Amino acid sequence: MITQTQSPIIEIVSRGIAPFIQLFGIYVFFHGHYGPGGGFQGGVLLAAGVLLLRMSMGAVPSQAQVSSKITIAICALGALIFAGTGLVTLLYGGDFMDYHYLPFPGLEAADLRYYGILLIELGIVMAVMTGLIAIYDDLLGINHAGNS
Amino acid sequence: MKAFQFILLGVLAVFLFYTVLDMPPRGDLDSPASQTVSPAGTPVAGAHYIQHAYPDTNTPNMVCVVLADYRSVDTLGEVIVVFAGVMTCFFILRRRP
Repeated sequence: MITQTQSPIIEIVSRGIAPFIQLFGIYVFFHGHYGPGGGFQGGVLLAAGVLLLRMSMGAVPSQAQVSSKITIAICALGALIFAGTGLVTLLYGGDFMDYHYLPFPGLEAADLRYYGILLIELGIVMAVMTGLIAIYDDLLGINHAGNS
Repeated sequence: MKAFQFILLGVLAVFLFYTVLDMPPRGDLDSPASQTVSPAGTPVAGAHYIQHAYPDTNTPNMVCVVLADYRSVDTLGEVIVVFAGVMTCFFILRRRP
């Protein structure tokens, strides 16, 4: 957990599997428009890839991928992207979360709603992924400096 | 006492399966859930979403459209709940350096 695992099998297998879990998470996130998937599921898969490395490589070496210092900030930024999309549509004359009023020039109303959905899914995936990593780090007792 | 529990479970299972037998088959166009007008004569909201999801957003997955467009304020609440949980763990558990 905090220290690196003693077993080379666990370390090598998790180092090999974690990028594929994260790649599948990105696929699930972008596939949300066309099939099962979306921000919450993709965010959980991305967090699972990072947490697998956190558990096998140890807390300190895996800081290189996602640092414990920036997780809370990215989580807040994701929630802010979601709410900010709604506020931008409110400022440009529409209702709250009515993506038809997003200020992207040269797009039809349907395409504007398509990209509005993509924007808020991006906010969800950032908030959920870094949120789960932050909860894990807090439970493990890693402080801001990154060491235990 | 244990026999009484099993008998109670059996009775409940009979009720459940009896209810399932009365449900319409999957994809039945005549079932009340598939109608565009309710028995009271008012339009049904679900039919409106199914008919308008693709023309409104160019997105084939209507679940995603309902989740992120028609019901986006609900999803905003879910993200706020996740963020509130993260902040709770942050304030209670995180060690100061």
